[in-house]
Amino acid sequence: MLKLILRRLPALFFVLFCVITLTFFLVRLAPGGPFDRERKIPPAIEAQLLAKYKLDGPLWSQFTGYLADLARGDLRLSTKYRNRSVNEILAQTLPVTFALGGLAFLLATSSGVWLGTFAAVRRNTASDRLAMAGALLGLSIPMFVVGPILVLVFGLWLKWLPVGGWGSPAQLILPAITLAIPFAAVIARLMRTSLLEVLNQDFVRTAKAKGLADRTVVYKHALRVAILPVVTYLGPLAAHLLTGSIVVETVFNIPGAGGFFVNSILNRDGFLLGGVVIVYCALLIVFNLLVDASYALLDRRIRVDA
Amino acid sequence: MLEPGAAARILRRPAAKVCLGILIAVAAAAAVGPELFPESYREPGPRQYASPSWQHPFGTDLNGRDVLYRVLLGARISLVVGLAGAAVSLFLGTTYGLVAGYAGGKVDNAMMRLVDIMYSVPRLIFILIFINAFDGHVREFAARLDWQWLVSYSRIVILIITLGLIEWLTMARIVRGQVLALKERSFIHAARVLGQSHLKIITRHLLPNILPLIIVYLTLTVPAVILDESFLSFLGLGIQPPQASWGSLLAEGAQSINPLKIYWWLLFFPAATMSATLLALNYLGDRLRDTLDPRR
Repeated sequence: MLKLILRRLPALFFVLFCVITLTFFLVRLAPGGPFDRERKIPPAIEAQLLAKYKLDGPLWSQFTGYLADLARGDLRLSTKYRNRSVNEILAQTLPVTFALGGLAFLLATSSGVWLGTFAAVRRNTASDRLAMAGALLGLSIPMFVVGPILVLVFGLWLKWLPVGGWGSPAQLILPAITLAIPFAAVIARLMRTSLLEVLNQDFVRTAKAKGLADRTVVYKHALRVAILPVVTYLGPLAAHLLTGSIVVETVFNIPGAGGFFVNSILNRDGFLLGGVVIVYCALLIVFNLLVDASYALLDRRIRVDA
Repeated sequence: MLEPGAAARILRRPAAKVCLGILIAVAAAAAVGPELFPESYREPGPRQYASPSWQHPFGTDLNGRDVLYRVLLGARISLVVGLAGAAVSLFLGTTYGLVAGYAGGKVDNAMMRLVDIMYSVPRLIFILIFINAFDGHVREFAARLDWQWLVSYSRIVILIITLGLIEWLTMARIVRGQVLALKERSFIHAARVLGQSHLKIITRHLLPNILPLIIVYLTLTVPAVILDESFLSFLGLGIQPPQASWGSLLAEGAQSINPLKIYWWLLFFPAATMSATLLALNYLGDRLRDTLDPRR
C-alpha cells in the first residue's frame, strides 16, 4: 500500500500543479480587475494596492511568486475581504463545508448501498421496482428543488426542523439529506446492478450449494465483491459533493466555503478563488489516493499487481 | 446490436409511452408555445404575484409576467443547451474513446489515466471559472466583428461548449471499452489485412458498430447537461437575465420560499416541468441501455 502511494506521488503533484496553473491564468484572463469600481481610483493608489496584493510586475513573475507563496502554505490575501487572508477565511469556512459534506457522504453511501442491496435481493418484485423508481426520481430532481421543498414541508409547515442557518446539529439534517439524495440514488443503482451480476457468479452458487443461508451468502460473500464499483465511485462522489455543497449552502444559508467561492468569482477575488479551488483539489487528490489504496485492500486479486 | 424491433418493444411499456409523450409535449410547447402568448403576458405588468388561475395557469411572478410563458421560454434554452451540449460531448467522447481503444497499449493507458484524473476533479467548478473568464472576451470579439447574434447569445454558446467539455468522460470510457472488444473481431482483422487505412477502419467499420451504444448514452447525457446548466444558472453564473432557463427560474422560485409569504407556484411549476423532462429522458435512456446490454 505504501508502495502504491509513493508511486503515485509524482503524478499527483503534477496534477496539483496543473490545477494551480490553470486557475491562476483563468482568473487573470477574465476582463476587469479586483479594484475596478464605478469611480476610478487614482493611479498612485491603484499601484500601491496592486503592490500590496502582489499583483504588480510581469504576469510570469507574479505566477512564480504565487507558486513560492503556495509552497510555504500561504494562500495570500483576499482582495475583497480586505486584510483577511485566504488561509483565515478557509480555516473558518472549510470545517462547515466538511461537516455538511461528511454527513452527506455517510448518508449517501449507507442508504445507497442499503437500497441497492434491498432491490437486488428482491429482483423483479414490486419492492424492487418501487426502489428503483425512487432512485430514478432522486436522480432527476435537482438539489435546489429538493432543498426548498424540504424547507417548505419540514421547516415551514410541520415546523420540525430549522429552515436554515448554522450552529446546532438540527440545522445540519435537511441540508445533508438534500445533498445526499441524488448520490444515494446513483449508488443504489450501481449497487443493484453489481450485486445482481455477482449473485450469478460461481462462488455464490458454491456457497448456496454448500447449504449456507441466503442471508449469509448475500451479506458475507456476495456483498464484499459487489461493493467494489461503489468504492470506485467514492472518488467522483467526493468531487460531486463538494460541487453540490455550493448549491446547498446557498439554499440553506450556511456559512461554508461554497458561498465564498461564488462571491469570489463575482468579485474577481482571484486569490480567494484560487485558494478554494486548490484546497478542494488537493483534498480530492489525497482522498482518491486513499480510495485506490483501500480498493487494493478490499479485492485481493488487485493487490497482486499493484 | 440494437435490432429494429427494440424501440417498438421498449415503447410497448405504458411507462415508456408516458415518458415519450412528456418529452414530445414539452419540446413542442417550448418550440411554438411562447409565440402564442399576447404581448401583455410577456412584458412586466401590474398583476404581481397572481396565484394560478384560468387566465394565468402557472400564476405570475414579481414583475407580473406569466410564469407559464417564462417556463416555456426557459424550456427552450434548457433543451437547446442540453441537446447541443450533449452533441459536443458525444463528438469529443467518441473521438477520444475511438482513438484510445484503437491505439491500445501505452497510449490507451495514458489517455484513460487522464480520464480517471478528470473524473475526480470538480469539473463544474472549473467550468464556472472558465465561463466567467471568457464570456466578456467573446462578447467583445463578437462586437468587433459585428456578429449581433453572438453578442446576445454568447453565454449560451459558451455554456454549450463548456458543458460538452465536462460530460464526455463516460462516453469516452464506454466507446473505448467497446472498441477494445470490437477490434479483435475477425472483420476488423480482415479489413486490416486488405490494407485499409486506420481512418477508414475507424469510420467505416468501428463507428457503425458502436453507433447504437452512442445513441443510448446520448439519451443519458442530455439530462446530465440540462442538470449542469441549471446548476450554473441557479447560482446566477449561467444564463443571465433577461434570458431565463429552468435553473434561473428555480433560483427565483427558491427565493420565494420564506416564512412571510409563500409563492409556491414560482417554485412548483418550473420544478415539475424540469423534473418530469429529466425523469422521462433518464427513464427512456435506461430502458434503451437495458435493451442494448441485457447484462447491465
